Amino acid sequence: MLPTLSGRIQTRIFLLAVVGSIWTLIITPVLPTEASLAASYGATFSVLLVVLVLGVLWELVYHGIQQFRWEKDWPTLFGLLTAIPEGLLVWFLFAGGAIPWIGSLPGPAFVIHFVSTWLIVWLVANGPMRVPFIHWRINGGRLI
Amino acid sequence: MSESTIAPQQTQTPPQPGDLNDQLIASDFWTDQMLAEAGIPVVDVPFVTFGGGIGSFVTVDYLRICGVPTSAMRVLTPLKTPWESYEYLTTVSQIPRGERLRSDSSSCPDNIWGFPSYAIREALQGDLKQAWNVLVEPIFANYYTPRAGHAFESMEKEMYRIRYPEMVVNGQVRMVRRRVGGGYFTILTPPEGATPTKRIAYRSQWVHVAVGYPGLKFLPDLQRYRNEHNDYSRVVNAYERHEHVYERLHQRPGTVLIRGGGIVASRVLQRLIDDRDQRGLQTQIVHLFRTYVDRPHGTGILKRRKGADGWAYQGFNYPKSVWGGQLKQQVRKSEGEERARLYKEMGGTNTPVRRDWKEQLRRGRSEGWYRVMIGSIEDMRPVGDLVEVTVSTPDQGPHTGTFDAVIDCTGLEADIREHRVLADLLDHSNAQRNPVGRLDVQRNFEVTGAQNGGKIYASGSATLGGPFPGVDTFFGLQIAAQEIADDLIAQGFAQKLGPGRSTSQWWKWVRNKQI
Ligand SMILES: Cc1cc2nc3c(=O)[nH]c(=O)nc-3n(C[C@H](O)[C@H](O)[C@H](O)COP(=O)(O)OP(=O)(O)OC[C@H]3O[C@@H](n4cnc5c(N)ncnc54)[C@H](O)[C@@H]3O)c2cc1C
Repeated sequence: MLPTLSGRIQTRIFLLAVVGSIWTLIITPVLPTEASLAASYGATFSVLLVVLVLGVLWELVYHGIQQFRWEKDWPTLFGLLTAIPEGLLVWFLFAGGAIPWIGSLPGPAFVIHFVSTWLIVWLVANGPMRVPFIHWRINGGRLI
Repeated sequence: MSESTIAPQQTQTPPQPGDLNDQLIASDFWTDQMLAEAGIPVVDVPFVTFGGGIGSFVTVDYLRICGVPTSAMRVLTPLKTPWESYEYLTTVSQIPRGERLRSDSSSCPDNIWGFPSYAIREALQGDLKQAWNVLVEPIFANYYTPRAGHAFESMEKEMYRIRYPEMVVNGQVRMVRRRVGGGYFTILTPPEGATPTKRIAYRSQWVHVAVGYPGLKFLPDLQRYRNEHNDYSRVVNAYERHEHVYERLHQRPGTVLIRGGGIVASRVLQRLIDDRDQRGLQTQIVHLFRTYVDRPHGTGILKRRKGADGWAYQGFNYPKSVWGGQLKQQVRKSEGEERARLYKEMGGTNTPVRRDWKEQLRRGRSEGWYRVMIGSIEDMRPVGDLVEVTVSTPDQGPHTGTFDAVIDCTGLEADIREHRVLADLLDHSNAQRNPVGRLDVQRNFEVTGAQNGGKIYASGSATLGGPFPGVDTFFGLQIAAQEIADDLIAQGFAQKLGPGRSTSQWWKWVRNKQI
């Protein structure tokens, strides 16, 4: 899929909200969070929410970078590597206490959750997504 | 080009039963009565596609997946398989089955979802390098492209899965005319002796035109040389069979002039150098560029295409995002002059970077057997066994040299009028030309102006210049198929391909279950 700006944002929201949520539901109980299940869910879903909200801003940046590419494409690898700055930013926000409503999330739990979610979302975006949504790749990643 | 890629132009023959008459030929609209009087039998079918190449195939594939039964569609074509004409062109232009094509991994004419893509299929069969390639392309690897043979074999599988052969009717289409009372008549000329009448008319509500290239036009100098000297063997175009050139170089060393800066030139060069390397030949190569690209070029910092050593580099024939991304959206929204400008910015001959031939050319330059010239051919004439070529160069005046062969790797597509059926559409069905002179189509690929209680659709090279630039590619033909199918769904001909149907149909594809 070669994204347009609105396609990026829609795909980000859809995949994190659907695929990300399902995966978070599954994985949270086994994360080394050292907290109650309710508190763990609170933390992991907060991570998801922050990735989603900040993600919309990141997409604006990516779209800007894309303008410097002759083909106006977005290589598959970029979709994977952008996990690094995004993950670091979210972690610093959590560690710095910028997300007031949750207590703490241990580093390993955060890393496992964030990286696995990112990988799954990325994999789905690079193939399976085309199966139910036959217009998606032709419409620059837009769903509506 | 092959006999099968261009519609043979019929010559006047004595009247046969069921032939066209003057009244039919002259009338824009036909009645059922007129055909009955001419004795032309009429076959009713809602949807007719003709051409029968890859464009027809992917369109029918899409519609079959949308639940249209085989009985509701006919494919009128002289081809035995949908890839016959394409395979001829790729083979002569030096892409035999084992070589790789020029489209990406998810441009799969056998699979409307593009998933699993060719690279993933190769990886599933054990070639993990291909999966790695699509992961890191185009940054750390050249674009993955499928082997020609892989594309043909997978299309063959899909052809039987959707029961394509049941829909094929052999023959050549002569014309499409509007029918009084709605719909169209498509006139088919079956192979001689195959039917009692000379023509058969297909009466349908929808017609899809997918005739590929209207014809191939050679540059005037090549044409002139052939007319004057009647020599078709030493001066060839790469889209024609020219194996004899390589064979002759095998028998005795020689010097070849290559003209052009596109993918065909790079394929031909690679073939010549492969022969040098593998068969120990001493071939000398002179490469003539009309426009020499020595650096990245474009209209601004945001529009800069890579280039070096004469070539403009680009993975595919258009920037990648015309097939679904930003540029697709931009062109789709544009009209008239703005669209023409966008086409111009993206246009120009280019070739995909591939490490293997870049290495070969580097070696050729340093060892002196590959030399580059800038200019255009002024004159060619035979001198004994050789061809003497005069080239005018922009800064050093004319240069003359003799060559054992000239391989012209420029491909100019002929005007749409060269194709009899397209010309007929312009003359009798109110079809129009688009800003670049080809057949004008709307965003849904319907031929502008030809509505008649039904629609004529068109896809492929004849529609270049429309709201979607990537038309003449596998994926582009599939994008057109989707637009056409969506339009037909809205008219009630096919079923909607929502998430449920799409997923279940995909699963059938995975299991190769016949539909
Ligand atoms: C050398 C070469 C390499 C290419 N490589 C790629 C690639 O790697 N990837 C990619 O995506 N695209 C590629 N393309 C572009 C494009 O995908 C192919 O050309 C493709 O075959 C186009 O499909 P089509 O249906 O438009 O035409 P075709 O496949 O050529 O089919 C059209 C057919 O219509 C038939 N026809 C014509 N007139 C009539 C008539 N009056 N009645 C009935 N039938 C008629 C002809 O016999 C012809 O075979 C390549 C093109 C060329 C020339």
